Amino acid sequence: MDLYEHMGKDLFRAQGMQTPRGMVAFSGEDAADATRELGGRSVVKIQVQIGGRGKGGGVELCDSPEAAATAADRMIGTAFRGFAVSRVLVEELLPIAREFYTSLLLDRSRGDYLAMMTAEGGVDIEELARTRPETLRRIHIDPLLGLRSYHVRELVGTLPVEAWEGAGEVFRKMYELVVERDATLVEINPLVLLEDDRVVALDAKVTIDDNALWRQADIAALADQFPIDEVEARAKEQGLQYVKLDGAVGIIGNGAGLVMSTLDVVAQAGARAANFLDVGGGASADQMATSLEVVLSDPAVRVVLVNIFGGITRCDLVAQGILEALERVDARVPIVVRLDGTNAEDGRRILSDAAHPRIVPVANMLQAAEEAADLAGAEP
Amino acid sequence: MSILVDERTSLVVQGITGNEGTFHTLRNRDYGTKVVAGVTPGKGGQDVEGIPVFDTVARAVAETGANTSMIFVPPRFAAEAILEAVDAGIGLVVCITEGIPVRDLANVRSYLEASGTRLVGPNCPGVISPGQANAGIIPGEICAPGTVGLVSRSGTLVYQIVHELTQRGIGQSTCVGMGGDPVHGIGFVEALELFQADAETELIVLTGEIGGDDEERAAAVIAERVTKPVVGYLAGFEAPPGKRMGHAGAIVTGSSGTAAAKAEALEAVGASVGRNPSQVADLVAERLG
Repeated sequence: MDLYEHMGKDLFRAQGMQTPRGMVAFSGEDAADATRELGGRSVVKIQVQIGGRGKGGGVELCDSPEAAATAADRMIGTAFRGFAVSRVLVEELLPIAREFYTSLLLDRSRGDYLAMMTAEGGVDIEELARTRPETLRRIHIDPLLGLRSYHVRELVGTLPVEAWEGAGEVFRKMYELVVERDATLVEINPLVLLEDDRVVALDAKVTIDDNALWRQADIAALADQFPIDEVEARAKEQGLQYVKLDGAVGIIGNGAGLVMSTLDVVAQAGARAANFLDVGGGASADQMATSLEVVLSDPAVRVVLVNIFGGITRCDLVAQGILEALERVDARVPIVVRLDGTNAEDGRRILSDAAHPRIVPVANMLQAAEEAADLAGAEP
Repeated sequence: MSILVDERTSLVVQGITGNEGTFHTLRNRDYGTKVVAGVTPGKGGQDVEGIPVFDTVARAVAETGANTSMIFVPPRFAAEAILEAVDAGIGLVVCITEGIPVRDLANVRSYLEASGTRLVGPNCPGVISPGQANAGIIPGEICAPGTVGLVSRSGTLVYQIVHELTQRGIGQSTCVGMGGDPVHGIGFVEALELFQADAETELIVLTGEIGGDDEERAAAVIAERVTKPVVGYLAGFEAPPGKRMGHAGAIVTGSSGTAAAKAEALEAVGASVGRNPSQVADLVAERLG
C-alpha cells in the first residue's frame, strides 16, 4: 500500500523523526487557515499515491494565506497523473542549508534491504545512479543481521560532517519502519540539513507490505482515505482480485497468470480488456455470480470473456456454476466462455445443451479472444 | 531422472489436518507419491487416512525419515513452518501458502542461504515429476512423463502450458511452480541449472510475468551456461504500470519489469518466445523436432 506523504510523515513522527510542521487541507479555505497558523507563508503539496509532484506542478510555495488558498483550489478536485486529488498538505517553510537524498527498500531479487544516500539533493535518483554513480552510497543490509553502526557510518559518510549525527538518526528510524511497520520502501527526497544543523525529512514516500496489513491495523485503516473506482470497491468487498482497465472486454479467469495472459491475447486480437479479475481456484457458482456482477457493473463492458482452465476444479462443475450464476445475474452483454482442462468436453456440452442466449461457448483461448474482440467491435 | 522430486521423495505435510492440506495430501498419495507423515501442532498421535501426524517436523523426520516438506499452514505461521523444516534437516521445502509478509520471507531466505535446504515458493503450486512424485497442487492428470522441464511464476500458466504439451504428445521431466511472490526460493536461475544438469531433460520452458528481474537474470544464465534449447513465455504485456496484477510480485514499477523488456532479454540469448500458451507448445514441438 502506497501512503500519502502526510501519512508517511505521521509514521516518521511516531518513530521520533523530525518533519516540518503542517496540516492537511481539503479546501482553499483550510489551506489559508493553515498558512495563517504557520506564520503567513507555506508550501502547498498535492497528496497522491505517485511521485513526480515537484516537476508536475504539484508543489507550490505560497507567500500569503490567499496564495495558499488559490494554490489549494487549483489542485483539489483535479487529477494528477491520473490520480484524483482530494487534499493537500500545507507545511511551514524552513531555513534550508543543504539538501540530500536517502532511501531504504526491499531488494526483491536478493531478498535483503538496499539502502542509499547521497549529498546530491532533490535529484532523480535513477538518473544519478546512471550518470554519476560515485556520488551515491549503496549498501545491502541482511535482514537477519539487522542494521549495524558501520552501515550507518558508511551511508552518512558521504554527507557533510555536520549532518552525520542527524542523518544517522534518521536512517536508524527508517530501518525501524521496515522492522516494526513492515515498510518495503521508505524514501526521503529531500532530506534537509537546516541552518541550525537539525536534519529534517521534507518529504516522505512510504510503501507498506499488503501481506502484512493484518499486523499493522492502524495503517490498514488508512486505506479508506484513498480514492477508489466504484467497481473496484465492490470487487474488494467481495474479496476478488480486480483491476480496472480502459477497454471494452470484461475478463474473468482463474489464476493471476492466466488472466494476465488473457488480457494479452485479447489485445493481440485487436480489442482491449476492461479489467483484470482473478476468480480464484474453485470458480464456484457463488464466485462466478459475484465476478459477473462486478464485471457487468462497469458500463464500458460490451462483452465478457470467461477463461477457465480446469485443473483440480472440473469444467463440468464450472459450467454448471456459470449457468447458476446467470440465473441470478442479468447478463446484458454476450458472454464468451472458454473451458479447457479436466472434463472440458462435458463442460462445453452442458453449456451448449443449456443454449443460454447470452453464452457463446468456444474451445480454446485464441478463439475466445477473437470472438470477444469481434463482439466488442459490433454495435451493442 | 528429473529434478527436485522423484521416487525417492518421502513427504511430510505441514498443515495436514486443514481442509486443503488433507485434500492435496490424499491426492498426492493417490498419484503415487510416498507421503510418510503430517505435522499439526497439538495433533501428534492422530492420523489422516493412515498417515501419522506429529507435533513437530523434527519428530516426523526422526520417526519416518521424511526428506521433503509440503506446507499448507496459514500465512501468519508459514514463515516459521519453513524455518522449522530447515532446522529439522529437510532437504526440500515446498510452500504453497499465499500471503506471507515479505519481511518474514526475507528473514527466511537469509537463514536458508546458510543451510542445505532448498525452498520452492511460497505462493506456488509446487513441483511434480510426472509418473514419480507430486509435491504440490499441480493436477497430475494433465501431466505426462517426458523430456521437457518447465518452470513458471504463475500456477495456472503451468497447467495451461503443460496441458497443451501433453495434448501434443509431449511429456515433462519436472514442472516447477516457483510462485508469484517478490521474495521466493528457487527461481529461474536455479531451475535452469538443475534442468541443464538433468540427463532426462532435453528442453526447458520458462514462463515469466511482469515485475522484478528474474527473467533478465535467467537470460544471463542461459547465455553463460545453458546449452539446452529454451522456450519462453511472458504474461502481462497489457498490464498498466503501478498496478499489482493478482500476484504480490506482478507489478511494473516505473519503466522496469515490463513483459516486453523480459521477452527481449530472453530472445537476445537465443530463447524462442511464444506470444500465447498454444504458440509456446508449438515452439516446443518444433525445437524438439
